[in-house]
Amino acid sequence: MKILAVDSSGLVASVAIVEDDVLKAEYTTNFKKTHSQTLMPMIDEIVRMTETDLATMDAIAVAKGPGSYTGLRIGSATVKGLALVLDKPIIAVPTVEGLAYNLYGTNRIICPLMDARRNQVYTGLYKFEGDAFHVLKEQAPLGIEEIIEEINTLSEPVIFLGDGVLPYKDKIEEMVKVPFLFAPAHLAAQRAGALALRAKEMFLAGQIETADEHKPDYLRLSQAERERNEREQSGKERV
Amino acid sequence: MQLEEKDILILGIESSCDETAAAVVKNGRDVLSNVIYSQIDTHTLYGGVVPEIASRKHIEKINPVIKKALEEANVTLEDIDAIAVTYGPGLVGALLVGVAEAKAISYAAHKPLVGVHHIEGHVSANFIENKELEPPFMCLIVSGGHTHLVIVKDYGEYEIIGRTRDDAAGEAFDKVARAIGLGYPGGPKVDKLAREGNPHAIEFPRAKVAGSVYDFSFSGVKSAVLNHLNSCEMKGLPVNKADIAASFQEAVVDVLSAHTVAAAKEYGFTKVAMAGGVASNHALREGMLQRCKENGIELYYPRPELCTDNAAMIASAGYYEFIKGNTHGLDLNAVPNLKLGER
Repeated sequence: MKILAVDSSGLVASVAIVEDDVLKAEYTTNFKKTHSQTLMPMIDEIVRMTETDLATMDAIAVAKGPGSYTGLRIGSATVKGLALVLDKPIIAVPTVEGLAYNLYGTNRIICPLMDARRNQVYTGLYKFEGDAFHVLKEQAPLGIEEIIEEINTLSEPVIFLGDGVLPYKDKIEEMVKVPFLFAPAHLAAQRAGALALRAKEMFLAGQIETADEHKPDYLRLSQAERERNEREQSGKERV
Repeated sequence: MQLEEKDILILGIESSCDETAAAVVKNGRDVLSNVIYSQIDTHTLYGGVVPEIASRKHIEKINPVIKKALEEANVTLEDIDAIAVTYGPGLVGALLVGVAEAKAISYAAHKPLVGVHHIEGHVSANFIENKELEPPFMCLIVSGGHTHLVIVKDYGEYEIIGRTRDDAAGEAFDKVARAIGLGYPGGPKVDKLAREGNPHAIEFPRAKVAGSVYDFSFSGVKSAVLNHLNSCEMKGLPVNKADIAASFQEAVVDVLSAHTVAAAKEYGFTKVAMAGGVASNHALREGMLQRCKENGIELYYPRPELCTDNAAMIASAGYYEFIKGNTHGLDLNAVPNLKLGER
């Protein structure tokens, strides 16, 4: 089976083509140029390099969120447009799960950390048992202390990765009581190759969406919606 | 559908503000479909367009809207010659949805991509409405985000001779509507209430911009309305909202139509067009018609559904770029402050 995978959820833009168990191409950039300008040319590049006919893909995978709202929408609109023309299903992979899949096979607990601003990280807890991938804690926006406390109660070695490591490194070194590691640079950020492999598992489990219904999963309401909910809440309390 | 060999079909996509739209247009002038999903009910809850919510809605609606446009035109992507998309000006997050989607469709379907300036789209709505209209002509562009007086020299060639120095005309309508408690969107609500009021009840100022005869300023008239409301309140006088709406609208229409007709005369144009959401305002149409008639000028304007944001106008503007050979690459980006005539 063939999958085109796209991740533009964070600073990294990454695209990959996976055919059965072979990673045919992967193109990852970690540079400030906007995803809007880079993502389609990157897809075009790997398609041409591998002489791929996109019409032969079984599905198109995308990091569905969380991440930068704009980055997520660029990835989402891109795969929706491709899938609309090619009439393919979409595999919407939770971003944090895709990130965890970078560390396939480790016996440590995997804790991806994505900087979510507002003093939070998008994080989750994952574990491989042999080749089986387990979600111990679903992705969510949390305070760094909250996730560290949870890790400490598990009493197992852990490995951290993601762009949320750097801003919270001191905090991790100070608070984490179990043995821990930080993933090296080549495994630490979003990689569409890993996303594609996680997507393949989801596809085989029937977890697909249509291009029409696919939308990002931001894990947060917009600021305007939050403020409106708060206003309505405080209004009710006054009554 | 009967298509001739030489017919050129453009799929237009528009997502610059709070309408998700797609359309198929033949030869720049014949609308085969024009699908608009308006988010206005959502934004009304917030008293105006919330950019992040607009972007989220666009991504949810864009595929069904595009598919519907193709279905209603009774064509497939195979029949389409090029994809035209608004890439500015507008809300950047909203624009990016349409731009990323259009690029992916263009790429996967092997069709050329044409990035379109939103305002060029509004101008082009006149080509759809008036099959005989051809450049050159003078055009007044008035919407919630724009107030421009431009010479349309040729298809895709513009010279801006007047612009607002502060609020756009439509923005002034929204602010006045809010001040007199009409809510959002202000334009149609002021228009409706104004019909019950006296346009000469209150003399609101007609602003002149020093050193630039064709520029506009609408923050003064807006402030004058607020001052009038304050002074009524201080003196305990009743507020006649209909009179305020009518008098405010009269002041705006007066300036817009006077500038446009004066410019047309100075530059020697006998054809004047209007474009943008405010071009469907009744008082503006009547005021412009009257003033144009007095001066022997022919006035053109699109029907209301072509005045609001739509993708048929984007497809029309895209057509004229496409036949000139102007296309864009896969690195096309959204440009929120794109200038008219810039490529």
